[in-house]
Formats: sequence, structure tokens, C-alpha cells
Amino acid sequence: MTMSDDGRPADIVLRLAGISKRFGDLRANDDISLELRRGEVLALLGENGAGKTTLMNILFGHYVADAGRIEAFGRPLLPGSPRAALDAGIGMVHQHFTLADNLTVQDNIVLGTEKLWSWRGHTARARARIANLAADFGLAVDPAKRIADLSVGERQRVEILKALYREARILILDEPTAVLTPQESEALFATLKKLVANGLSIIFISHKLNEVLAVSDRIVVLRQGRVVATRPTQGATSADLAELMVGRAVPMPKIEPQAAGAELLVLSGVRLVGPEGRAELDDVALAVREGEVHGLAGVSGNGQAALADLLCGLRRADAGSFRLLDQDMTGAETASIARLMGRIPEDRHAVGLIGDMSITENMIAERYRAAPFARHRLIDWRAARRFTQDIIAGFDVRCPGPQATTRLLSGGNMQKLILGRELSGEPRIILAAQPTRGLDIGAVAYVHEQLLAARRRGAGILLISEDLDELLSLSDRISVIYRGRLSAALPRAEFDVGRIGLMMAGHGFDGARHAA
Amino acid sequence: MRLEPRVETPFYLWIAAPIAAIAASLVIAALLVMWAGAEPFAVFGLVAKGALGSQFALLETLTRATPLIFTGLAAAIAFRARLWNIGGEAQLYGGAVLAVLLGTGFLPLPAPVLVPLLFIAGAFAGALLLLGPTMLKTRFGVDEVVTTLLLNFIILLFVSFLLEGPLKDPMGLGWPQSRRVIEAAQLPRIIEGKRLHLGFVIAIAMAAIVWFVNARTTHGYEMRAVGFNPKAARFAGMKVDWVMMKVALFSGGLAAMAGVSEVTGLKGNLTLDLSPGFGYSGIVVAMLAMLHPLGVVAASIFVAAMFVGADAMSRQAGVPNYIAHVMVATALLTMVVGMLFTRFRVHWR
Repeated sequence: MTMSDDGRPADIVLRLAGISKRFGDLRANDDISLELRRGEVLALLGENGAGKTTLMNILFGHYVADAGRIEAFGRPLLPGSPRAALDAGIGMVHQHFTLADNLTVQDNIVLGTEKLWSWRGHTARARARIANLAADFGLAVDPAKRIADLSVGERQRVEILKALYREARILILDEPTAVLTPQESEALFATLKKLVANGLSIIFISHKLNEVLAVSDRIVVLRQGRVVATRPTQGATSADLAELMVGRAVPMPKIEPQAAGAELLVLSGVRLVGPEGRAELDDVALAVREGEVHGLAGVSGNGQAALADLLCGLRRADAGSFRLLDQDMTGAETASIARLMGRIPEDRHAVGLIGDMSITENMIAERYRAAPFARHRLIDWRAARRFTQDIIAGFDVRCPGPQATTRLLSGGNMQKLILGRELSGEPRIILAAQPTRGLDIGAVAYVHEQLLAARRRGAGILLISEDLDELLSLSDRISVIYRGRLSAALPRAEFDVGRIGLMMAGHGFDGARHAA
Repeated sequence: MRLEPRVETPFYLWIAAPIAAIAASLVIAALLVMWAGAEPFAVFGLVAKGALGSQFALLETLTRATPLIFTGLAAAIAFRARLWNIGGEAQLYGGAVLAVLLGTGFLPLPAPVLVPLLFIAGAFAGALLLLGPTMLKTRFGVDEVVTTLLLNFIILLFVSFLLEGPLKDPMGLGWPQSRRVIEAAQLPRIIEGKRLHLGFVIAIAMAAIVWFVNARTTHGYEMRAVGFNPKAARFAGMKVDWVMMKVALFSGGLAAMAGVSEVTGLKGNLTLDLSPGFGYSGIVVAMLAMLHPLGVVAASIFVAAMFVGADAMSRQAGVPNYIAHVMVATALLTMVVGMLFTRFRVHWR
């Protein structure tokens, strides 16, 4: 066993040495070494694409590293085996939960730990153990409830309980706060503090600076697959960390006050029923005005996607009305809404772009029927290419050329293409659904800049986001969506993280009717 | 061995992959020929000679390629839109039935009017045969692979009924065959006294039209967009179901033209062995052509050459002509592997 410079061997519970992993030409992990000590929260900080998730997937045996080795509690860890990782006491809470919806909390926790033919018999003992763990670490959840009936925050607690039940000594949490309200995040942090006080070690993966500062003991910053800094949390500042993470200083977006004008997009009494007969939107009223950014806050899965589908013209309201620029759009076709509204969809890969087509073909996707791109059903590809070249130049898209296959571009460049397609016609109304999700900081800044430029020229923008910081810095007004219902809009003067957080958790929604 | 997605496919691979695929299938076929106790090079030589070695052989190959071009185009256009039309055989017979219904004297029109009319009417029948399964797919999510495949057997049985009953030739000595089409309904021969007929020219023209529609018109653009990503196409405002209908009409119509062309150009009447599986071979042709309409012409000639050449070879070398089926089938498999190399890079480790 090797000794480290600053600790006795017993203090190091996990050691990653020289981990490298390539995907084609991309060095996802490049000679990464790090050590996790007993009883600490180690934050792994980095932008999307910095290599955090790849590294943890190697640790957990989902990938095999091209080079490097891993030791857990002083013993080498068999690569490529999740079983070996579990047996070594490593537990992972994924960003997307791995729970069986139709089983109870207890079944989910116990599943896979006991022999199939005997585990029913151990119910009482298992229940007692789960209750103890829950009480010790502040993970309140009813073991008899079905997963399907739990909130997202509760499901996350089940995931943590599952790891603890398997006697994990090392816990890895991948972007755990992405799906939580601010209050739920606080509760999670309290749990993490208790866990490390009991001798567990935690790797906390995040790209949110304030959380990392709040919860961790040490911080490892990854950039482009390499470790660029390892430092104690005490004394670190978010400005330093942001610069380390991005490699340069990051400007914060800001909006200047400006008077809002006429109502461009108006929903009233909108109800949308899902395939299972459940109302995904219920009595929704909303008005987006000229020259404002109207933010829509909410925890993931509370009806944002349904609302965006409705506004994009992909689904039609079961009740209520939808007006756009004083025209009734309640039963309108997708194409006629697309003509009036710039629409930035939530999923740029699956919905925004056709990956297997060229950039040019994607850029004309909403306008290929009419001049200047088509005459008598014949496409003028020269005109299409000229238009595409203008977008590539005007929106700073890095690509080999208009004929390049769209699938091969980075997420940031894909988003710039969508912005170009949707905003180059200077629409008066814009819907931006999660426009910065998964982008690196440079691309995020670019998206914000473009949205604010549209606001300055008087466009009305509905910004749907799960990133509360983004909403707070860009919005003139914020509404909160909770279980398909929309709150009244708060003006900028009344923005308050605590209050909005409580609304995201459903406070103030019971039985009340709302106006925009 | 590991596969890694390619960021970009170098152009030479688009050419090299099909050639390597065909070479690989020849190697595999050579092993089988040796197993059958013959000399591979001699056998391949006889196949080539039998398919291309004389004017007669060449014309025979092109005659055999004609229905394959139609059914290959039908499969290519449907597959590009991810509409898995396996019913080329049914659509082909649908077209043939129409050709016989209208071409045996029911419409006493001069040839320049009657021939186009037969093609249009036949295409219409084929289009309708694919429209049903397509509507079931878009409305109810019924798998079109199953419905179009099973429709082949239903239509074949239906044709069998027609040939035993209403369409049976009274002068046919009891054989299940239809009456012959009238003179005006027969396609002229391209070279006097040879079997190659105008259908071949029509097939080439259809390939050019399909290429043009694909590359230059909004219809072709919509069909490709819907095939690659229906969600994104819908988001952009395309009417995905309607585009699918257009694809179905186009594809079913093309497959049916193969039937019209065989009846009016070659056979003269309808029998149950009008098509030795041209509808299915069209799928192979489309895959070998990587769904490109002009590639379909080349792939059809290749497949036809295999069959025509193997017939000639088996008479001389004593190797069963089933070797042609094996070669076409292995060519398809090696082509699929070849396509893999255009999308992935292989690391041997």
C-alpha cells in the first residue's frame, strides 16, 4: 500500500490514480488522480462535459478506464464490475433514479440484498433496520409507500437509504440537487453532514458553486477531463472556483429595468389532460408581455413539459384558450404557431434538430415550404445555404460548414443553431424551455445574451427553467408551476429565494384559484 | 474488439464499403463452390459470362433487373422514411391484376393511351394496398412489418382465387392463368426480337424521378426528415402522418409498376409465378444500394446478373443455381457489416 504525503493510510478510503478514458478523439478523463478521506465530503466540481460523470462511471464499474487504477480501503478494485464496487462499500445515487415505481420503499431498498427465496421472511428485521437508518440520518420516508406515490425528494432519500442499507461506506451523489427545491436541498445537506460525522465518506458531484461551498470539505475542480485544482473549501470563493472551472472570468448576466408593453401571449383557464386521464395542466392563466422575460420556476415534472408542448403547438388544450399576438391559437396547427413564435425546445437532440441531416436541412425545417426556400414545391438549396451561412456567421456557430452533419456538433453549437433558426426572424414572442441545460458556461452566457437582446428589441420571452439562479437573474417576473397549476406572477421587486422555494414545494397552491 | 462511433465518414468508405462487401460475399461463395466440388474461379467466370458475356446474356440480365428496379425503389423510398414496407410482393401482384383487368380488352384504346393508363391504374392499386397498413400504423401503432408481410400471402391467395375463377383464361387448358393482354397493352421491345422491353426504360426513368423528388422537392425533404426524426419533424410543423401517407402512396405505386411491367412487357398474362419474390428481392436491392435511388439501378443489375449468370453456370458446371441466392444473401449480410464500418471505427484490442 502506498502512503500519501498528508495522511496515514487508514485515512484514505478511496484512491484513484492516473485514470484516463478516451471516447474517440475526446479525452473524457485525462490522468485523473484523487483521494477521498474518511469522514469528508469531497466535491467534484466541473462544467457539463468536464468528465465528472465519466469518472464516477469508471469508479462504479460502468466503464473500464483505458489507464489508471482504483483502490478502495487499500484494496485494488476490479475494473468494470458494479458488483465489485458495491461489495467494496461504494454506493451511488444517480441523477436519474433507479427505483422500481410499482414496488414499496422497503422492497426497493431490500431488493437484491437478500436471497430471492428468503427475503419475505426478513420483513420485520429489514423494516426495523430501515427505520433506524432513517431516524439516524434524517431520511424520513414511509417504508410501506409505493415509489410512484413519492415526491422526487423522497425518492432521493430512498436511493440514499438503499446505499446505506447495503452498508456503503463511500457514497457518490451525482448532481443530487438538480431535482430538489431549495428547502429539500438544505435537508439533504443536513443528512450529508450527519453521514460524514458517522465516518462515511462522500463524493458530491455538482456544477453549482454555492452548493459546493456550502456542503463540502474539499473541492476537486475538473476541466476538460483534467484535475485543474484541489483545495480545501475553507477560503475558496465562488469567483475563484468559477474561473478554475471555466478557465476564464465569467460575466454574470444582468437586466436593466424596462417598461413592459402589450400582452403578446395569453393563456386562460387552460386544462390539459394526459394519456392516463390526469390533468397535467389545470386552470392555467398566463400573460407574457412585450419587452419582458417571464420566468417559470418549478421542480422538474410539475407540468413544464406539458405547458411547453401546448405553447409549441404539439398538443392542444382540453379547455381554455390560447392567444398569440391577438390571434386565437387554441386549435392551431404547429406550423402556424411556429410562424409567430420563436421556440427553443427543451430537448435539442430529440426535438430541436434532426441529427442525421445537414445543418442547412435543419435550418430550413420550419420555412422550407415557402419563398425564398421553395417555389412550386422545388427547394432552392442555394438560398437555403446562404441563409444557413448567415446563421453560422451571425450566431458564432463552430462547424465545418453548412453541409456538416448536425449530430456531430457540440451541445453548445447545436443550441446556437436553434437560436439562429428561431431568433433570426426577430419573432415578437419567444418560448425558451430549459435553454441552457447541459451547456458549458460559455454557451450559457451566449444564450442569455441572445435572450436579453431579444428582450431589448421588445420581444416577450417565456423562460422555463429548473435553474432558479438563472430565473432570478434574467426574469422581470416569475410564476411558479406546481402539479400543473400556475401561481400568480411575482414582480422582480418581490423576488425571494425562500418564498419561491416554498411555492415550488406547493405552499400556497391548495384549492386557491390564480390569476396571472 | 471495440466499436467506436465515427465522428465523420470519409468519402472513400462510401465507395469502398459496398465493393468490399461484394468481395467478401464472393469469398464466402467460393468456399461453398469448393464444397460442392467445383473450381471457384471457373464457376465465377461462368457466372460472369452467363450474365454479361454476350448480347443475349446482357439483355437477359437487364430484363431480369427491370422489376427489381421498381421494387428496389419502392423499398428504398419507404425505408428512408422508416416505413418498413415488406409488402412489395403484394403490391406487385396488385399492379399485375389491374393490368390484366384493364388490359385484356376491357379498355379498347390505342397503345400510347392504354399503356400509361395501365401503369397509373396499377400504381394506384399498389398504393392502396400499402395505404391500409400505413393508416393502421399511424392511427393505432400497428406494426407495418407484420401487416405488410402478411398481406403478401393474402394477396397471393386472392390472385390464386382470381386465376381459378373470374380471371381464368377459358382457352388456358385448365391452367390457372389469365387471358393475354391485347396488342395495344403490350410494351414494345427495345431491340426487335429480344426480350428487353420498354419497362426497363420506364424503370430507369422512375429511378431518376425518385432521385429528383428526394433531392430537390419539399416532398423528398419531408420524407427524409420524418424518417430520421419524426419528433423533430413534428416540432418543425410537418404533418408526420400525412407525410407517411405520401410515402406509402409513392412506395406502393412503384412496387405495383413492377407487376404492370412484367405482365405487359414480358409475360403477357398473369400467372401465380409472375414474381419469383421480386418484392422481397427489392428489399435486398434497396439495402445494397444504401437506399440511394440511382444505386438501386446498379444493385438491381448486380442481383439480376447473379441470378441469370448462375442459371447459365449451373447448366455447365453442375453447381446448383441456388448458389446465386447464397451470394445475394451473403452480399446483403456483408453489406450490413460494411455499413457498420461507415458509422463505426473498429479497435482490435
